[in-house]
Amino acid sequence: MNKWNDNKAWFMVIPVFLVVAVSAILPLMTVVNYSLQDIFSPTQRIFVGTEWYRDALTDPRLQEAFGRQMLFSGLVLLIEIPLGILIALMMPKKGWGASLSLVLVALPLLIPWNVIGTIWIIFTRPDIGLFGAAINHLGLVFDHTASPLDAWITVMLMEVWHWTPLVVLLAYAGLQAIPEAYFHAAKIDGASSWATFRYIQLPKLRGVLTIAILLRFMDSFLIYAEPFVLTGGGPGNATTFLSIYLVKIAVGQFDLGPAAAFSIIYFLIILLISWLFYQVLLKAGTGEKS
Amino acid sequence: MSLVLDKICKHVGNERHIDNISLQLEPGTFNVLLGRTLAGKTSLMRLMAGLDRPSSGRLLMKGKDLTGLPVRQRDVAMVYQQFINYPSMTVYKNIASPLKLAKVNKKELDRRVREVAEMLHIENLLDRLPVELSGGQQQRTAIARALVKDAELLLLDEPLVNLDYKLREELRIEMREIFKRRDAIVVYATTEPLEALTLGGNTAVMHAGQLEQFGPTVEVYQNPQSSRIAKAFSDPQINIVPARLVGGQLHIGTAASIPLAQHMHGLADGEYQVGMRANHLRLVQKSDEDLAFAAQVEIAEISGSETYIHLSNAEQSWTVQLPGIHSYPMGAAATIYINPSQLYLFTAQGQLAASTQTAARI
Amino acid sequence: MARIELKNLAHAYQPNPKDAADYALKPIDHVWQDGLAYALLGPSGCGKTTLLNIISGLLKPSQGQILFDGTDVTTRAPQERNIAQVFQFPVIYDTMSVYNNLAFPLRNRKVAETNIRSRVEEIAEMLDLSADLEKRAANLSADAKQKISLGRGLVRSDVAAILFDEPLTVIDPHLKLLLRRKLKQIHARFKLTMVYVTHDQLEALTFADRVVVMNDGQVLQIGTPQELFETPRHTFVGFFIGSPGMNFLACRVSRGKALVGSAQIALAADYGALEGDFELGIRPEFLKLHATQTLGSLPVKICENENLGSCKIITVQLADQQLKVRLGEEETPPTTAGFLEFPAAWIRLYAKGLLVEPEPRKQPTQEVPP
Repeated sequence: MNKWNDNKAWFMVIPVFLVVAVSAILPLMTVVNYSLQDIFSPTQRIFVGTEWYRDALTDPRLQEAFGRQMLFSGLVLLIEIPLGILIALMMPKKGWGASLSLVLVALPLLIPWNVIGTIWIIFTRPDIGLFGAAINHLGLVFDHTASPLDAWITVMLMEVWHWTPLVVLLAYAGLQAIPEAYFHAAKIDGASSWATFRYIQLPKLRGVLTIAILLRFMDSFLIYAEPFVLTGGGPGNATTFLSIYLVKIAVGQFDLGPAAAFSIIYFLIILLISWLFYQVLLKAGTGEKS
Repeated sequence: MSLVLDKICKHVGNERHIDNISLQLEPGTFNVLLGRTLAGKTSLMRLMAGLDRPSSGRLLMKGKDLTGLPVRQRDVAMVYQQFINYPSMTVYKNIASPLKLAKVNKKELDRRVREVAEMLHIENLLDRLPVELSGGQQQRTAIARALVKDAELLLLDEPLVNLDYKLREELRIEMREIFKRRDAIVVYATTEPLEALTLGGNTAVMHAGQLEQFGPTVEVYQNPQSSRIAKAFSDPQINIVPARLVGGQLHIGTAASIPLAQHMHGLADGEYQVGMRANHLRLVQKSDEDLAFAAQVEIAEISGSETYIHLSNAEQSWTVQLPGIHSYPMGAAATIYINPSQLYLFTAQGQLAASTQTAARI
Repeated sequence: MARIELKNLAHAYQPNPKDAADYALKPIDHVWQDGLAYALLGPSGCGKTTLLNIISGLLKPSQGQILFDGTDVTTRAPQERNIAQVFQFPVIYDTMSVYNNLAFPLRNRKVAETNIRSRVEEIAEMLDLSADLEKRAANLSADAKQKISLGRGLVRSDVAAILFDEPLTVIDPHLKLLLRRKLKQIHARFKLTMVYVTHDQLEALTFADRVVVMNDGQVLQIGTPQELFETPRHTFVGFFIGSPGMNFLACRVSRGKALVGSAQIALAADYGALEGDFELGIRPEFLKLHATQTLGSLPVKICENENLGSCKIITVQLADQQLKVRLGEEETPPTTAGFLEFPAAWIRLYAKGLLVEPEPRKQPTQEVPP
């Protein structure tokens, strides 16, 4: 009688193990396997070692896509996080106004990704799109199919429109969770609204902002469907982000080996940067050296 | 038939939460576990309930070994510090829930729910939801749910700690009445000596995972076997002063030495600790025998009907408990008096050597 | 520092209150003296927090005025009232050092940095925080944080009153005593008007010069701890202050005697003219229980004897009503029946819950029995 009768409980965990194994571990192992071989057909493969990795790391087009991707994700964070906090700060705290603004803010999140691309194609068309036509009527030339800058602006606008609401919701929830006493104390101490934000609201938002930054970073780093629908990676390679390039190799050229090696590198980059963010944000504002 | 703990130990990592406790509790008794926070009261209750499994030792109920039996196969009920009720169920359904699980028939269930609700004075609240109740009423509901089961072991873990003091006072007295008439073994954890004394029954004093003393509550209070137990079982805390016994004279602190009081006769020379209960100390002299200590008032705390005066002198701090309400300005000089017949004497190691209730034992 | 005047002040949370029950705070008229410590004491939901919030300016009363030193501040916001407040949970600025926390209210008021330094250091010294000034406030214990909250009020030289909202709730029991002492020292030194909300009688009676006892939105009595104990002006005060609370017996008063059933209790001479039905109140501490009949004592049945270590609480029955008697540890009560003495000086009479003043009023001169 040295065991708990409740050892049975372990059996309950088995389904989760199976799901994780099938959905994550097995595919990952397959990809690792592919990345070390040259595959001509399902029966014809040659072991190539780390060749695909060396190729991938020295591929100038991949390096370009990586730079593009970093710039994109950086801009996304720089715009969405402050904008999200700002909107959350301006939203009413209670009453019907609070519910209404929450619903309005959440709307973009409810739309499927590919539909968003289509919406923006129409919205920004220089001939009939509300946005594109309006801009062109102002005398500015705007065409995301022709100008790389216009393509970037469009993808960026779409991304900000689509995902800032998530940051707003997180920040709003974080703000609501701050006890009233803090605001009372700040008033009594004579703090300005900037000081109240800087010393009460921002520090208290640290937790939710960590989550928001991680989510927005990972998600924007993986962006695929929207630019694919909107620009297809063009004009030229202007909006060919990492995932779009990856799909081009894997599906377009059917280079399974290099694509697999690329995937692994991609995965490791996200893991590494997310970990860095997490470490920095965990220690930010706690007085420890990061 | 009784509950027996046989050399129970519980280790978590390198920490000893429960250290070799043996204890026998009889049905129909009320047993208080008294000790500070982290003394091991909750750990011991979890072991009794079967929520945790001891690292070593056995637990027997009616002579049957229950050591490995999970909690749902035991006949036990528990009440916690927090007011835990099912939020979506009415008070009636909350109380009825253990009986429903036990498949008691409807008529019997209704009778028992109403009976126990009446006992706890919540019979007019049966249709309410927990959120509509005050803290006291919520805890009454939780206690009712524990009682209705008629379990052979009923555990209450500081159930009154989150209530206002007047409610606490009221419920303590009610609980004592309710548990007088039951056959179950009741175990009640508290940090407050006054609560133990109000509830009566037996008291087990715990410290750092160990059982220090077990016996009828008043007896443990009057004869604490060590200075540690005396400290745990006194509020305000007993004053402990080092002393030395030389040739029949007891030298206490800087006060004049005194001949041994009657209850100390027969003690050997050596180092001792003198224990003085706060309520035995006075700030006025009553007889020529009184010991006197000069000190300064730090603060006078006033409870509703008593005043606790905290004082200090070069050697240590003191607490004097006086009935009635008095104000003493901070920093005022005062002299503390006590009759030698009321002194407790502990050995230098802290073992009881003499108390007013017993003759000297060493 | 300020004298606080409450003029016909009341508050109802919903508009257009119809009857007394709609008021969270029923009308009060009172002047609180400058430099005294007041405690608002009462069970949860009695309106004490409502009153505190009106004083601090977080809540605008639905009627009446509040004046600080004669100036009407009813419509002023908290920051315009020169008050400081310590909340139930410590409010500190997490990202700042202790020094910056204490300096914050002064910096917001554009005080010169050299003056800030001397003031902050003085207050930190007073609160035993000097060693922690450079530490981050977020990493300190709850009691230190609570001292910082208090310190942010004390650094300001313009503070009219400091308000406390159950400030010791999250403090470890063994540190509460130290903080209580600190509060008293600060009060003695700065002579600030302080208002302290609590439901704990020990905290209220220890802290305050005057205790404001509230129940059900109403201020029942404002008095010193001794007054509340000896002469409760309302039966609730008698019940709420003291453990156990005051005994109350329904009685009929006639010709200077109170009749409880057939038992006659002699009243003090100044109650002579009174006639009618009253409640007789007497504290368990003042009753005397004898084994044999003495002059004026009444036969009672002993129902219960609780030994509480430092004292004994005896429940006795007189006619069909029960009373509690508190005896010293060394006293041995009779076991089944005894004789109860009611010292006339400690008997109070109540009609509809309110104290009936004897005519002419005479202060009891007898000392509290030790």
